[in-house]
Amino acid sequence: MSEENKSMTQGVKTAGPSSTGQTYIDPRSAKVFRIITNMITFCILTFLSLAWVTPIFLIVMNSFKKKLAIREGKGMAFDMLTKDSYTGWSNYVEGAAKVGMRNAIVNSVIITVLSVICLVLLTSMAAWYLTRVKSVVNSIIYYMFVFSMVVPFQMVMYTMSSLANMLKLNSIFGMVVLYVGFGAGMCVFMFSGFVKAIPYDVEEAAMIDGCNALQTFFKVVLPMLKPTCITVAILETMWIWNDYLLPKLVLPSEVKTIPIAIDACTGSYGVKNLGWLMAMLVIAIIPIIVFYLACQKYIIKGVAAGAVKG
Amino acid sequence: MNTKSYKKYFPIFVLPTLLSFSLAFIIPFIMGVYLSFCKFNTVKDAKWVGFTNYIKIFTANDATFVESLLRTTKFTIIGVILINIGAFFLAYFLTKKIPGTNIFRTIFFMPNLIGGIVLGYIWKEIMDTFCQKYLGHVFGYSGANYGFWGLMIVMGWQLMGYMMVIYIAGIQNIPEDVMEAARIDGADSVQILTKITIPLVMPSITICMFLTISNLFKLYDQNYALLGFSTKTNLVAMDIFDTFYNHQSNEFAEGMGQAKAIIFFLLVAVITYVQLSLTRKKEVEN
Repeated sequence: MSEENKSMTQGVKTAGPSSTGQTYIDPRSAKVFRIITNMITFCILTFLSLAWVTPIFLIVMNSFKKKLAIREGKGMAFDMLTKDSYTGWSNYVEGAAKVGMRNAIVNSVIITVLSVICLVLLTSMAAWYLTRVKSVVNSIIYYMFVFSMVVPFQMVMYTMSSLANMLKLNSIFGMVVLYVGFGAGMCVFMFSGFVKAIPYDVEEAAMIDGCNALQTFFKVVLPMLKPTCITVAILETMWIWNDYLLPKLVLPSEVKTIPIAIDACTGSYGVKNLGWLMAMLVIAIIPIIVFYLACQKYIIKGVAAGAVKG
Repeated sequence: MNTKSYKKYFPIFVLPTLLSFSLAFIIPFIMGVYLSFCKFNTVKDAKWVGFTNYIKIFTANDATFVESLLRTTKFTIIGVILINIGAFFLAYFLTKKIPGTNIFRTIFFMPNLIGGIVLGYIWKEIMDTFCQKYLGHVFGYSGANYGFWGLMIVMGWQLMGYMMVIYIAGIQNIPEDVMEAARIDGADSVQILTKITIPLVMPSITICMFLTISNLFKLYDQNYALLGFSTKTNLVAMDIFDTFYNHQSNEFAEGMGQAKAIIFFLLVAVITYVQLSLTRKKEVEN
């Protein structure tokens, strides 16, 4: 990393003379300078982005290698795929069967989708209510939510998983409850930031027209919160889909999510085969890349917006 | 506006969230504080032992906590500097008018969506291979020697794109006429960068510092997948987990784990507080 940084800093320095300095520079040569620096920048960026995708390319390539061509401890992962080492889809088929990848994907999808829907719906309601109805109790609740954002997971890791076991929350639906609870802090905080920015008069008008709280919220407030809903949904999806520790601690070992299934390829459940691991890594990445390319615009906007407000 | 009529809606609007929040956070948090002063194997058989756990953390023979804490601090400081400098310059170049900006942005951001475990294992294979192929004579065939810097590379690969997106938003928010005025006044690129761009993206810099610090200081998944449990490479979060679950022979293991978690939490809280108050001050000055 430091190497790259150095080359980039130098890039800035060479970019210096391109703009007009204190002495007169012929506009035409200034333009040539700018084109040249842009080309250099373009080359550096191309090189860097190749470096960025190389790991993924290597994993995909190795997932098609025969067992003998990808043994551990021999440094064979950089060797190019040849006709002899090509094995087709067998790593995918065998690996998926061995670690139960299909179930893991189904579990991950159910947990993520349900949790994110519940989070967005429930915490936006809570945030709106806590912001609009002023009372001591409500502000205490609000500050507890804010406080929870500071607390690292390790602090409640042991007690939360014990409690979840005692209350029989060690199931997929129990996970949804836990995710809503643990994600609530950040979501409530973000939603209430945006609720404060909504003009009050709109809601007042709705109320005068005879809306009750539920109607006001769902017909007037929620539509205005839509951009925030997307931001929150994206941030929470990224978190829950990739989360490892919470499902690992709470779910019984036969119920896996994708990160746990990946972990299982590496020997912690007595299975170790590099080809399978590579194939499972590719399977784990594909849904994320598809999701990313499909909602790229929203994700990048969401990240920028979430950072500014959060 | 009269919101009194809303009061009776509390059970619908707040209660579901509050209930799961209590189950997932409030009750475990209170239990956690209490249990850090207890000796226990399960939550139900806790015996009060006062500050014994806290003392043991620092005095026990295999006291790994301070070591891992120092390692984490070093990792965080170096990581924050490298990642932010890298991300800023990526953003700086990507806001210049060069072809392919969108593709570059897409590629640099992509690793953020891949989870820590998957990321860690991807890099583990690559670094193992690299060590075995080119550094075999130096390290022998075990690839575990890249530890600290290996993890740094993974985190840089992952977080730079995220921070880059925030810096890009910050740089694009700078009004074009400010730049124009500077250029007319004869500022060169370096002057524009140091005197205008950097001061004006200060808010983004604080946000990114905040995010990188909290990501690196609380790092678990990548650390675990890349390096596994090892007292030589465990960062604090790993050390806490290790104490809780991998030392069942030690009767104080759980209590010590919980006490470590409390100290960890207090440190995170202090860091957050300092950072927020610094941010506020900056905003007032602006």
